[in-house]
Amino acid sequence: MIRLERATRTFIRASGAPVHALRGLDLQIRKGETMALLGPSGCGKTTTLRLINRLIEPSSGRVLLDGEDTAELDPIRLRRRMGYVVQSGGLFPHLTVARNIGLLCEIERWRRPDIDQRVDELLDLVHLPPSEFRDRHPGELSGGERQRVGVARALALDPEILLMDEPFGALDPITRTELQHEFSELERLVAKTVVLVSHDLDEAFLLGDRVALLCEGELVQLGTPDELRSAPATPWVERFLAGRVQ
Amino acid sequence: MTRPLRAIVLFVAFVTFVSFAGELVRAQESPARLVIGSKNFTESHILGEMMALLVEAHTGIEVEHRSGLGGTLVCFTATARGEIDLYPEYTGTAWSIILKESGRVDDPLRAFLHVQSRFRDRYDLEWLAPFGLNNSYALAMREEQAAALGVREISDLIPHAGTLDAGFSIEFMNREDGWPGLRPFYGLDFRQVRAMEHGLAYEAIAGGVIDLIDAYTTDGKLLRYPLRVLEDDRGFFPPYNAAPVIRGEVLRAHPELRELLERLSFRIPDRVMIELNHAVEERGRAFREVARGFLVAEGLIDAGEALEGDPDAGRDSLLAFMVGRWDETLRLGWRHVQLSLAAVLLAVLVAVPLGIAVARRRVAERVALGAAGVVQTIPSLALLAFMIAIPGLGLSVRSAIVALFLYAVLPILRNTHTGLRSISPELLDAAVGIGLTPRQILFRVQLPLATRTIMAGVRTATVISIGVATLAAFIGAGGLGEPIVTGLYLNDTRLILSGAIPAAVLAILADALLGRLEVWLTPRGVHAGV
Repeated sequence: MIRLERATRTFIRASGAPVHALRGLDLQIRKGETMALLGPSGCGKTTTLRLINRLIEPSSGRVLLDGEDTAELDPIRLRRRMGYVVQSGGLFPHLTVARNIGLLCEIERWRRPDIDQRVDELLDLVHLPPSEFRDRHPGELSGGERQRVGVARALALDPEILLMDEPFGALDPITRTELQHEFSELERLVAKTVVLVSHDLDEAFLLGDRVALLCEGELVQLGTPDELRSAPATPWVERFLAGRVQ
Repeated sequence: MTRPLRAIVLFVAFVTFVSFAGELVRAQESPARLVIGSKNFTESHILGEMMALLVEAHTGIEVEHRSGLGGTLVCFTATARGEIDLYPEYTGTAWSIILKESGRVDDPLRAFLHVQSRFRDRYDLEWLAPFGLNNSYALAMREEQAAALGVREISDLIPHAGTLDAGFSIEFMNREDGWPGLRPFYGLDFRQVRAMEHGLAYEAIAGGVIDLIDAYTTDGKLLRYPLRVLEDDRGFFPPYNAAPVIRGEVLRAHPELRELLERLSFRIPDRVMIELNHAVEERGRAFREVARGFLVAEGLIDAGEALEGDPDAGRDSLLAFMVGRWDETLRLGWRHVQLSLAAVLLAVLVAVPLGIAVARRRVAERVALGAAGVVQTIPSLALLAFMIAIPGLGLSVRSAIVALFLYAVLPILRNTHTGLRSISPELLDAAVGIGLTPRQILFRVQLPLATRTIMAGVRTATVISIGVATLAAFIGAGGLGEPIVTGLYLNDTRLILSGAIPAAVLAILADALLGRLEVWLTPRGVHAGV
């Protein structure tokens, strides 16, 4: 279980002006659920995600993982317990698909046959035939294929948690819809805690078991997609759900 | 390409480097011996060769002659620092260039005694008795024209000045002891005075285009052209008497050297020196052969066995000439490769880590790139000359390597920096986010992605090094610059080409080879241009 306690994050702009990306966020993410962090750009959703794997540290407040303060954990070990998927995959262009996926296994000193087996399993899982894709380089893949490899890489060490930052944001609408649906099934397959950052209402409602709607660094409403739809907490939520807030 | 293979490449490079370093260390543990230096022009070389032959013939001291050193300051600095024990110097040069005396001196004896006592006091260097020749400036005129006008001395020119055209070397036009001083001193106003390259001036006067040129009083070309050297009757030109300059320490350890070297004193008047210079420059005879011929004729050494060196060598075609020098070219080429390779490897070892260290620090980055850029603007010869003044470097292969190294740093540093900076922040963010340590990010992501750019920098650095290494000959560090430097002062095009062509081939070869290496080391996905 991931718990954010009164987490704030303030950036200082080059001009010296402070930016409050997050203003005292309290949020609990249950084991096994998919939590969609939704909101317009600048609402603090990505900041929230990056606090979880300590890519940034909170200005105040705490982030707890199974009751432990993550500030006390080794950030490298912490991140390896969480798969990380970013927009357009974030694949290393100089490594083959197989080595991109198996990189963390390599670093964790798995035996070569175990790595190969794991890579093939994961390629199958994301619907990329291993014999065809194993030895390709990211430059030889389509956007959708890259994103699949990115997901496979995030699952390499079989992490408890999957962090996804706008994973389908850079794809064309058709590929995006296809991948979103595939992922909604895939996720059931692997049953992990997933934190998904999205600015896309449909995506969040399709994939999220619960949705946290953020605005200007504050949590506006938290609930299942149905709860949000049936009982918007504020007029702003209503407008947002109607697609009238960008 | 697999990592073991890359490791092998690095290992081979490292072994080459270490073996080369070993050679340097060995070179330092030399037995007691005498190092003779000479400057990069014919006369200095012949005088150095004479002293070497004399010492070899009459003592058990091992002699090394380092010829072709790039000018007075290189020779003098090296001697003052003990890299060289003995070299021929000129009183006028010592007066104006080394001691920087401001006043004029016209009395040869006064000049000699002055530089002798100053050198003794300031540098513990001893001037031995002079050779006899005075290699000063003079004015020369076509023999027939001089005879027709009745000109023997410079003063005789005064009534004819308005009808005469002069062609003076650029140096002569600009030196206080050249035309600017001579003109008011004698009150000469020629019809026309133009600056021209010295070699061309000889052709021009022989062809009747001009009537007067400046000449060196011991120039071998004076025999080739029918010229009359005019006497400096009012004593304007300062004396440039040549004499052996030896380190006091060496002279105290081997006092017999004074008597031995002074056997040459006043044995070589101007007209003899002209002939010796002529024998080398115009007839293509070897320095050593000419020097030995003179010493034997003077009864200073025994005739000994016949010398290597073909007097007809001057007539070979360029191709035959280069084939004949094959072994020598290979030896020099190998030294050239060693110099460049050592410098580039050192530069890689320094510039790549430095580039990594400063890549994300804005101030450090500017300082490092700025400093490397400034070094790049220093003329190569100046940098080499500067190196020999640094303790521990001196007139050695080390100086050359350090200078080459300094030139090689910038391209590698800049490319390392560019290579690392051009990796997208999103990719680095992903690398951190999936749980790689900074070290893993550097070695598994940043360096592989920057390899291509870094290698391009190494390639540039190598080609620059191979080019600049030709100048290493000026400080006696060898390499393919040796025949180039010698060829330049002998005005021997074949000799110049016998160094320049292999150097160019070497540069092209190295560039091609490193191009292959670049492709081979670059991870495949990088070529796809993602």
